[in-house]
Amino acid sequence: MRCFSPSLVDRNLAKKKINTMRWYRIQALIIRHLYLFKRSMPRLMDIFFWPILELLLWGFLSLYINKLNIVGFNAVTVLLGAVIFWDLLTQSQRAVSVAFLEDVWERNFLNIFVSPLRLSEFLASTIILALLRIVAVGLLMALIAFFFYHLNLLIFGFSLIPFVLNLLVFGAAVGLFTTALILRYGTSAQVLAFGMLFLVQPFAAVFYPVSVLPQMLQWVAYLLPPTYVFEGMRAVIATGMLPSGLLLGAIVSNIIFFVLLSWYFYRSFAVVKMKGKLLKLD
Amino acid sequence: MAILEVQDLVKEFGPVKAVNGLSFEVQEGTITGLLGPNGAGKTTTIQMILDLITPTSGTINVFGLPIHDNREEVLGKMNFSSPYVSLPGNLRVRENLATFARLYGVKDVWGKIDELADFFNIRKLLGRMTSTLSTGQLTRLNLTKALLNDPKLLLLDEPTASLDPDIADRTRKMLQRIKNERGVTILYTSHNMEEVEEICDTVIFIDQGSFKDQGTPTDLVKKYGHKDLNEVFLTIARGSEFSKEED
Ligand SMILES: Nc1ncnc2c1ncn2[C@@H]1O[C@H](COP(=O)(O)OP(=O)(O)OP(=O)(O)O)[C@@H](O)[C@H]1O
Ligand SMILES: [Mg+2]
Repeated sequence: MRCFSPSLVDRNLAKKKINTMRWYRIQALIIRHLYLFKRSMPRLMDIFFWPILELLLWGFLSLYINKLNIVGFNAVTVLLGAVIFWDLLTQSQRAVSVAFLEDVWERNFLNIFVSPLRLSEFLASTIILALLRIVAVGLLMALIAFFFYHLNLLIFGFSLIPFVLNLLVFGAAVGLFTTALILRYGTSAQVLAFGMLFLVQPFAAVFYPVSVLPQMLQWVAYLLPPTYVFEGMRAVIATGMLPSGLLLGAIVSNIIFFVLLSWYFYRSFAVVKMKGKLLKLD
Repeated sequence: MAILEVQDLVKEFGPVKAVNGLSFEVQEGTITGLLGPNGAGKTTTIQMILDLITPTSGTINVFGLPIHDNREEVLGKMNFSSPYVSLPGNLRVRENLATFARLYGVKDVWGKIDELADFFNIRKLLGRMTSTLSTGQLTRLNLTKALLNDPKLLLLDEPTASLDPDIADRTRKMLQRIKNERGVTILYTSHNMEEVEEICDTVIFIDQGSFKDQGTPTDLVKKYGHKDLNEVFLTIARGSEFSKEED
């Protein structure tokens, strides 16, 4: 028979000091979700089909607006660019929410959380999935925009990197927030998982500059990280340069949102463990 | 040697005292039954041992370590299965097992799956979509998942509930094989006293969140002067209710 007493405790205490995330556990979850995409048509449709449709709709609208010959306004670049970047944001948010919901729907959540998986590893896996999704959808949309509407996203140059990263992080933060709401208030809060970003859209200056908003709403706009990305996008189109103030604004506001919303997520998880609702999620 | 020690465990859900000062030990190498009427606090206790529910107070030591501060270490050597959790139906059996093998950091993922597929005789099912399995096949699959990390302690919440007598019997045999051939300690709940008598080395009775009695099925039957464990259950379960009705 084995003795579990002091030696194991000591060894464990030593181990606890090097308290790191494990890549193999993150990878396990990523592969688990990739298995799904391998054969699920509805999933692939959801990811690729709707963005393409949206792109076509806005693409033709932009062509029409361009025909109206408004001086100094290239609708294709401004509107299509906005459509594409906005879509990346929603992709990120959905990737995070759905990665969580998938396990709730399949009643697999407890299986995952009786393993040594940490919450941070779970989050990391969803954010990596979101990044993969953004890159895949982004590439496809960029190609379609290029071949159908002659919009070359490379005009954004290196600004593309901060744009995409900021959209990824804010989308993930909102995804975490909706996940936390579902944890707390049950799957009836699921609609939020898909609608939350629409609440943000009017104020994030996606298709129009912040300056058209009433003063009060301008303040709201500048609280939101995506605002800086879309203002930045228009600035690059107009001047070829990304003003460092906008970049800084995006980063600072994103850090604030991410910290607050992931704190809320951790907090919700703790509350749910306290209330014993983890096994009553469905 | 106690592999699991629960001491003065309390869990309050608002006004409900689901677990009320519960203490017990589970000895290594045994199948221990955690028994009690509906609402006695069995599931709540198991979930606290798994760190899925945070106790109001009390301590839980697994392998000599407090679970809450040693989640990773302890959960890595423990596993759990129950009919109220399931593996994703939209993955193949093989994919599900590989996912959990990776989550537990199993070195030779496919080797382990092979070994357990033979043990549980599910080799033919590996390529199937999990949603197409029958209840009996799912039970075997869930047990396979629960053994992927070679756990020292296995917690099972009503593993034989809703199984037909044949599958239930096979499952019992499997639990005994898991204990005997793989040296796994099992703590499990069941409402089937015949089954408990058949496979448990020890049983722990709880009621209204408190410890009532513990012993081997044979000893308890003798102690209460009954003919079987079913009657012991009734005496323990009704004892508290009768006394409540009386006053
Ligand atoms: N999340 C929760 N919130 C509030 N009360 C709860 C919660 N979970 C359990 N309870 C209550 O705690 C008590 C113990 O429940 P538990 O599920 O642990 O019992 P059990 O012994 O597993 O019963 P059963 O044999 O029916 O499975 C019950 O009164 C139950 O209603
Ligand atoms: Mg129960």
